[in-house]
Amino acid sequence: MIGILWLVLPLLAAAGFWAGRSRARALSGADADGHRIVLHSLPTHYAQYALAWSAIPPLLILVVSALFGSILVDGWVIAQLEASGLLRETLSSADVLRDVHTGLANTTGENSSPPHTFAQNVLDRARGVLNLGVTGFFFVGAGGGLWFARSRMTTALRARNHVERIVHVALFLCSVVAVLTTIGIVVSLFFEAARFFALVSPAEFFLGTQWSPQTALRADQVGSSGAFGAVPIFAGTLLITAIAMAISGPIGLMAAIHLAFYASASARAWMKPVLELIAGIPTVVWGSFAALTLGPQVRMIGEALGLEVASESALAAGLAMGVMIIPFVSSLSDDALNAVPRSLREASLAMGATESETIRKVMVPAALPGIVGAFLLAVSRAIGETMIVVMAAGLAANMTANPFAAVTTVTVQILTLLVGDQEFDSAKTLAAFALGLTLFFVTLCLNLVALVVVRRFREEYE
Amino acid sequence: MSSPTPDAPLAADGRLRRRYRQERVFRAFALAAIGFALSALAGLLVSISYQSLSVITQSSVELDVVLDPDALDPLGDGSAASLAAANYAKPVRSALRALFPEVRKRRERKALVRLLSDGAEYDLRALVEASPELIGSTQTFVFPLSDDVDLFLKGSIDSEVDEADRKISDRQIGWVETLDAQGRISQPWNWRFLFAGDSREPELAGLQGAIRGSMLTLLITFLLSFPIGVCAAVYLEEFAPKNRFTDVVEVNINNLAAVPSIIFGLLGLAVFLNIFGMPRSAPLVGGVVLALMTLPTIIIAGRAALSAVPPSIREAALGVGASPTQAVFHHVLPQAVPGILTGTIIGMARSLGETAPLLMIGMVAFIADLPTGVDDPSTVLPVQIFLWNDAPERAFVARTSGAIVVLLGFLIAMNAAAVWVRRRFEMRS
Repeated sequence: MIGILWLVLPLLAAAGFWAGRSRARALSGADADGHRIVLHSLPTHYAQYALAWSAIPPLLILVVSALFGSILVDGWVIAQLEASGLLRETLSSADVLRDVHTGLANTTGENSSPPHTFAQNVLDRARGVLNLGVTGFFFVGAGGGLWFARSRMTTALRARNHVERIVHVALFLCSVVAVLTTIGIVVSLFFEAARFFALVSPAEFFLGTQWSPQTALRADQVGSSGAFGAVPIFAGTLLITAIAMAISGPIGLMAAIHLAFYASASARAWMKPVLELIAGIPTVVWGSFAALTLGPQVRMIGEALGLEVASESALAAGLAMGVMIIPFVSSLSDDALNAVPRSLREASLAMGATESETIRKVMVPAALPGIVGAFLLAVSRAIGETMIVVMAAGLAANMTANPFAAVTTVTVQILTLLVGDQEFDSAKTLAAFALGLTLFFVTLCLNLVALVVVRRFREEYE
Repeated sequence: MSSPTPDAPLAADGRLRRRYRQERVFRAFALAAIGFALSALAGLLVSISYQSLSVITQSSVELDVVLDPDALDPLGDGSAASLAAANYAKPVRSALRALFPEVRKRRERKALVRLLSDGAEYDLRALVEASPELIGSTQTFVFPLSDDVDLFLKGSIDSEVDEADRKISDRQIGWVETLDAQGRISQPWNWRFLFAGDSREPELAGLQGAIRGSMLTLLITFLLSFPIGVCAAVYLEEFAPKNRFTDVVEVNINNLAAVPSIIFGLLGLAVFLNIFGMPRSAPLVGGVVLALMTLPTIIIAGRAALSAVPPSIREAALGVGASPTQAVFHHVLPQAVPGILTGTIIGMARSLGETAPLLMIGMVAFIADLPTGVDDPSTVLPVQIFLWNDAPERAFVARTSGAIVVLLGFLIAMNAAAVWVRRRFEMRS
């Protein structure tokens, strides 16, 4: 219903544009005495002015209803349910609402109690009222806006200035969206994490070594509280990141050196984009490769060496991730090496140093801040990588440095704690937000440090 | 008094040789590093293409089906209601059993029927409903075989392995070989893989639902992130005053580009699903989350494209009396469009491959129906890959690789479009 209004919106805008232009054309021309009437702006500006006034009010109404409509409806249904006296002790209004929303409240079977039917009826009615109201306001807003614009349209109206001001405000609001996203991330993570830390102390979370978030169904069961010591998860994340960096660090740096110093221009022209393809392949593809191809290979090789290998080993995930982040290291290191002034290299070569001596003793040290920045960004990328570890690493929270063992990571835990769960009041689901907050801050710090290091380094040679 | 001993130049020679050897070793290492990275990429592509080969065709069997009016038209009037109530499994099974009249035991008859895919009866139903006048005649149709028979026929199941360790029994292999000898088994193109929805049965599972879900999600992402991203880039590059706030926005956008994607999933879950009560598993919410993720990419690309426009164009426009807004929208922005489009296509390609945030907002459910709107529950291509990757049936391995090939195909097409846009622009200027 409201979906159709989104399609009507462009029509309204077009109507406003047309109305504004015809009005402007009617205003211009000659007056009764034969004097030419000069408008302040072009007819197009009047048209744009009318378009803005006829399209922005209904657009705002649609956005507001899309964001807050279901909150209003749900609030109303819950209030009616509470007032109806139909609820039992074991059936809260939130439960009923969830059943109704997910379509579980069918007409027969166990979810067809009187409160369900009642809630379904109230919900249908409330939605009907909401749709009617939104549609009404939508057209009233559009009509009112157009009427207002038309009534203000005289030869003296500075239409272009008005339109430009509206455009500037719209542009500004668009650039605020990115800030709002960050605020949204920080606030939502903080809010949910605070609820988690009210249940589990931060000391236990950051220092505890026992992780078993599966809580029992009944409060009186043994082990009902779960254990939320996240150290094994951090250790697993570090292990996989270390494996990934052990591969991507040296290989990425050497690849960058080859591209920057040894490769011919034509080789560089095809090698660089092909290398960057690696980063363009979706991580779910690397994850599938790690799980279906690398995992069994690693296991076979490990067992041939007489080692005990878990079927989901840290090594397989770390290998795939290491390959995936090679381009991050190599392209940023390549940039850093190329930013070092030619004179340094030429001076070293002129003194009789070989190319490799020049690279090792002059170029790499000179480019070191940029290379460190590249490594930091790669680490941040590896820590936040999800799909490869979800598909190839395990769920067991082991504290080990053995790459053949199964470990788990922060991202895997966030995903497994939240996927498929719809309730957000248990410590188990809230733990995911605490992990998310930790992840966000660690990656944020790495990124900030890397950005500062790289910027300083650039300034040094400019 | 010391004079150079005769062997001093020799020592220098040895040092030089050593230094040159080190140079060669270092050079070889650098080349090997790049070789490793490129061969890992090649290994990935080759192994996935190879694994996906078997999904191109689907083993099928040709059966002469007696379209028995008693089973297919229970009400006897040929109406739609009658056809809907019909038993389509029976004629297919009878047709297969008719080829092996010697199979009498109940268990063996069941094993025989299991050669066929569960999809056979749905195929028959579609055929009969399309042309009800065939009821009463005997027709030759081609039906898909089950995933295990398919694997056996494509050589993925070794008949030398102990019978208990494989999914297809010796008797079944015998029947399949008899059918093959009769020339009834064929390998037609597996169109179902591209045009059917998801299924629990590997031989019936298709990508259409995921492709449509991806398209709908990407549409929402584009509709939100493109206008907002371009407007933000125009504001920051052309109009923003140099002050604290602009600095904050700039640092913020750079950081947002590096935030792990799963964090955006948490945002979508906590804000769009829990606070705003938007529908779970819907392309609408997926598209909004991906739009927020893609926004920094588009803004950064847009600003780069805008700043690359020569200042002379802006100054010329201002010089002949355009307002600053007119100068930007009439002269600077059109010049920057190719750069912005290239950045946008690359951002879209990245969000097409994104999985983790969509898992968080519930796009992991098994959904067999094709989505028709942006608030229908659906899944997307990368999530489909994730789901099939975890499925226990062996035949899903090939499907996973096939889905990856399709996803990579879309990505290649999008990147080719980006390159094409850039080339066109370069030719013009």
